[in-house]
Amino acid sequence: MTAIALPATTIEREKHSAFSWAVQDAMTVTWRNLVAMKRTPQVLVFSTIQPIIFVLMFRYVFGGAIRIPGVDHYVDYLMPGVFAQTVVFGSIQTGVALAEDLQKGLIERFQSLPMSRSAVLAGRTLADLVRNVFVVGLMVGVGFIVGWRIHTSVFGLIAGIAMMLLFSHALSWVFALVGLSAANAEAAQAASFPILAPLVFASTAFVSAASMPGPLRWFANHQPVSIVIDAVRALTYGGQFASTGKVLAAIAWSVAIIVIVAPLAVRMYRRKV
Amino acid sequence: MTDAIIVENLQKRFGSVVALDGVSFSVPTGTVLGLLGPNGAGKTTAVRVLTTILRPDSGRAEVLGLDVTQHAQAVRERIGLAGQYAAVDENLTGHENLRMIGRLSHLSKSVVQQRSGELLERFSLADAADRPVRTYSGGMRRRLDLAAALVHRPPVLFLDEPTTGLDPSGRQDLWGVIEDLVREGTTLLLTTQYLEEADRLADNIVVIDHGSVIAEGTASELKATLGATIIEVGFDDPAVAKRAQTELARIGLCDIGSASTMVEMKVDDGAKVVLDVVRALDHAHLEPSTLNVREPTLDDVFLSLTGHKAEEPVAEAEPAEAGRKRTRGAA
Repeated sequence: MTAIALPATTIEREKHSAFSWAVQDAMTVTWRNLVAMKRTPQVLVFSTIQPIIFVLMFRYVFGGAIRIPGVDHYVDYLMPGVFAQTVVFGSIQTGVALAEDLQKGLIERFQSLPMSRSAVLAGRTLADLVRNVFVVGLMVGVGFIVGWRIHTSVFGLIAGIAMMLLFSHALSWVFALVGLSAANAEAAQAASFPILAPLVFASTAFVSAASMPGPLRWFANHQPVSIVIDAVRALTYGGQFASTGKVLAAIAWSVAIIVIVAPLAVRMYRRKV
Repeated sequence: MTDAIIVENLQKRFGSVVALDGVSFSVPTGTVLGLLGPNGAGKTTAVRVLTTILRPDSGRAEVLGLDVTQHAQAVRERIGLAGQYAAVDENLTGHENLRMIGRLSHLSKSVVQQRSGELLERFSLADAADRPVRTYSGGMRRRLDLAAALVHRPPVLFLDEPTTGLDPSGRQDLWGVIEDLVREGTTLLLTTQYLEEADRLADNIVVIDHGSVIAEGTASELKATLGATIIEVGFDDPAVAKRAQTELARIGLCDIGSASTMVEMKVDDGAKVVLDVVRALDHAHLEPSTLNVREPTLDDVFLSLTGHKAEEPVAEAEPAEAGRKRTRGAA
């Protein structure tokens, strides 16, 4: 170990506006999270195996027995539901990763740095958006392999994917809040599943709500996950599912969640140790 | 010399638990303060307030003349913090960790590059620089954690139990590094449960317990409050020890030690009293198994101040610390 003369108080700092720093800090944290994802590929593998199993199961095992009126190929109905299931369960990772950072003392270190107060959460949710681009892309590929076809246009497909990603980003903020409130990563995981399971399964993801009993049917038709799935069906299938209203409602839900939850999460981060 | 850190009547509660109950102390620039106390005494809370992580309920805390609540951003630019847990990202390499902290400290890429190279070299991590941290040993993680706190050359450094959980050789290494930093003029606030650590590194010591300062001074001043010498006379049988205590009480103040076979005397004129002790024991036909004359340690100081040993956790820990500790499984 060699000694280095330290003029202890002077070190060159870059000068930028607060906004420019907020963006740069968020990018630095995003970079860090993406490197971590790359080095722990098992997390990504496990989070994609489950939806692939669902695709195979519903396409080949249950699919034959499920009739959606007016739909010739069940897989065309199924895939938007699988996308939603994938991003919704994937969003748990946002909370788990933040809870881990908290548990390991990293958040405390970040809070002692002159970095932007929003960067940790922005960097986390942005990295998770990148992950979702990859995962949704993969599921689109899997869908095509098992016979999913777009009935609208390539723009419908792109818009459908964008819709899914916007909603996944909104969910990331919700689970950022869960992760910051949880005592540890296991608790964050445990707290998330019971919230999400009814949203994913009491929905129009795999079957039409028409066969469900009254109150459940109402819930399944009006809850945000169903609305987003219906919007993606409107964009990729059209026909009887075509509905500008659903698309607008899905966008409204996503934007509203971000606008309300993101500031709450940042506020919680500021107070959190 | 001015004070780099000033703390005045700091109060902080978490619900019904009082973590800081009017703590005051100051650290002159370029010196080392050892903040000593058992788990839950409020040490970590004090560090969190000083590093802008936590807002105090009342009282004043200044770092380099800057109020930690009003000028938090300016304070953050001037401090380094290495916490109780090596707060480094396991999935990044050593180099990447320093790069991340450097960039988040708003240093330019070229400065970060140069600084992280220097620090990895200095902390003997150059060979491991490009390996993910999850392959590092505990000692290497701590050194990287300390390096991360130094990337932006902070003039004031906070180390919260820097050697907790390290093996003796890892501890010695880290002490060497810390001593080098202090020699270069860094002001250091160090919390520790290890009295040996405070004894070796700190210019001044503040002892806190239950959120209040219960003693302060240099290590030798604190020891001097206990008298110059401690005489320990050991016996095989507690009953004999009890009789010896009665005999020796005529010479000076004496206690039965934590082991019931040990009689302890704290005295100023050690050599003379030892002779008296030996004569008295001989006269009473009491045969000691051991006889020990030693300087008081900070452990003795701590025991006499708080009624418990420094490394024994007290029953009520502050909630944030206690909760985190369980989940992290730290020592």
